[in-house]
Amino acid sequence: MFPAPSDEVLSVRNLSIGFRTPGGILPAVQDVSFSVRRGETLALVGESGSGKSITSLGILRLTPPAPFCQVRGEVILRTPDGRAHDLLALPEPEMRSLRGDAMAMVFQEPMTSLNPVHTIGEQIAEAVRFHRGLGKRAALGRAAELLELVGIPNPHRRLSNYPHQLSGGMRQRAMIAMALSCEPSLLIADEPTTALDVTIQAQILELLQELQQKTRMAVIFITHNLGVVAEIADRVMVMYAGRVVEQAPVVPLFKAPRMPYTQGLLRSVPRLDWAGRRGEKLAAIPGNVPDALAPPSGCAFAPRCEHHRPGLCDAAVPPLEASGADHDVRCVRWSELLPEAAA
Amino acid sequence: MSTYLLRRLFQALVLLLIVSAVGFSILHLAPGGPLSQFAAGGEMTQADLDRIARDMGLDRPLPVQYAEWLWHMAQGDWGRSYRDQQPVLHIIVAHLGATLELMLTSTLIAMALGSWIGILGAMRRYSLFDSLATIGAMIAVSIPTFWFGLVVIWLFSVTLGWLPAGNRYTVGDGSWLNQLHHLIAPSMVLALVSTAVWSRYMRSSMLDVINQDYIRTARSKGIPERRILFRHTVRNALLPMITIAGLQLPTLLSGALVTETIFTWPGMGRLFLDSINYRDYPVVMGILMFTAVLVLLGSLVADLLYGLADPRIRLA
Repeated sequence: MFPAPSDEVLSVRNLSIGFRTPGGILPAVQDVSFSVRRGETLALVGESGSGKSITSLGILRLTPPAPFCQVRGEVILRTPDGRAHDLLALPEPEMRSLRGDAMAMVFQEPMTSLNPVHTIGEQIAEAVRFHRGLGKRAALGRAAELLELVGIPNPHRRLSNYPHQLSGGMRQRAMIAMALSCEPSLLIADEPTTALDVTIQAQILELLQELQQKTRMAVIFITHNLGVVAEIADRVMVMYAGRVVEQAPVVPLFKAPRMPYTQGLLRSVPRLDWAGRRGEKLAAIPGNVPDALAPPSGCAFAPRCEHHRPGLCDAAVPPLEASGADHDVRCVRWSELLPEAAA
Repeated sequence: MSTYLLRRLFQALVLLLIVSAVGFSILHLAPGGPLSQFAAGGEMTQADLDRIARDMGLDRPLPVQYAEWLWHMAQGDWGRSYRDQQPVLHIIVAHLGATLELMLTSTLIAMALGSWIGILGAMRRYSLFDSLATIGAMIAVSIPTFWFGLVVIWLFSVTLGWLPAGNRYTVGDGSWLNQLHHLIAPSMVLALVSTAVWSRYMRSSMLDVINQDYIRTARSKGIPERRILFRHTVRNALLPMITIAGLQLPTLLSGALVTETIFTWPGMGRLFLDSINYRDYPVVMGILMFTAVLVLLGSLVADLLYGLADPRIRLA
């Protein structure tokens, strides 16, 4: 095992998640390893189907039950009391006592993620009641505090509102209040701003950053929006077809991406200063994400890669190599593709 | 809310008018008529029959007869039975108790048992229990009631002698134990199909809810499974059941034709069948209107209850 820094909150080693389908085992996540420290924000980036959401559900063990879904690997969560919990080995009752308490999750779609027949107050108070043993009245008081914390005006009046009575942004704030109710050490936010207006997105991101500074919680932020990544992440992990393909702190990743896929992703972000400059077209990565049941041999990105070299890239799955300090890349040609090497 | 009720009431009146006109026409289109029983004896002359028809008002054109029936109905006069000259409303009220007793018992059994089977089946989807419940429901729905009723009588009354073969109570024995004894077989027969149907509705409603995002959210909060099941899953799964229960309301009072006939149960279902056989137009029309009102009332009650149970729905 790796010697863990004392402020490491979550450490994931060789996590693999497979779904049983009529066509065989579908590997949704393969051999994913990473860690998040206290106060750090790790962005998990990738296209739909790259395995980023499944990874987060796997950490909380919210994936479907055993015969349909197999989770392997090691996930260690360190709680503030100094204890390390081996999440994949914990019995369900102990796992349940950590969920919503030491680690919490904010989901993508705040409308469908809130129960339509219970009030916002009840739903926020629920976790506090079970993890902190508060009575109903005290838990509702705590819920009002939390609503205030996430910037909802008239928190006491909002307690008795139903989800459909709140706007999208308010609902997501309520979701965040719910996740923060027991002051988790780890917050997983699964595309928390995707379903929101751009202006509301910015507010929610700001709120999350502000709350993180207050609580020093570790945040895993799942997104496919690189603009958001640049805004809030400390480190970035890029996933493709269930595997980590590049991992680095945010600045090196944006300045010098080494995996051709990451380069493609960055090129496909529309930028204001490009508009009409030389009549350039926005670059898109050609092709589609491979079929997980029939993956290409070798590098999963090879069929779409402009630097693809037959006989080399499709020979074997490339290893995730350290390409510098805290910068890992999964590409057999990364060193020859460096700008310096090409020049 | 009150405008909503007024609108619903107006819609109901229009519907009742249509139902009565269609019902009246079909009834009079049926071959035979109230006079055929007098003619059957062979002792009456055509002149006698014509006189009776004139007395009963049956010689006039159909629209006139309908208008007259409607006019009386609007004033609260349901007419009198051709068979015994009793007021129609009295006859209906006299048969309600027996029907309510039977239908309420079987419906409560069906809802309780059906919900339980449906919830358990959905929670352990594709388990042995779920498969057996699915096959069982299929069989229960496919069994014709008249056949199953006869089998129950043959097995429990004729062969084993455990249960009475029919009637609401033994003449001369008015104890509730005796009534309960008579209630078992017919309510069992009736509950069989509705339990099966109810369990299927409940199961699919549960499966809809189990896959909702908010159940995953509840799980992510680490609250106990029991609470997730009852407060989050069942609570939401029961919502569509309100509508189905509302549609059941009319059958509570209109009774079950086949079962009541097989078990000689003196309820509304048997009254309806007997009245049709006698071409007792006023009674048949009375039951028809009574049932139509119940159907409309049932769906109105269901909608109002839905508004109470689901905060997203506010009736306006």
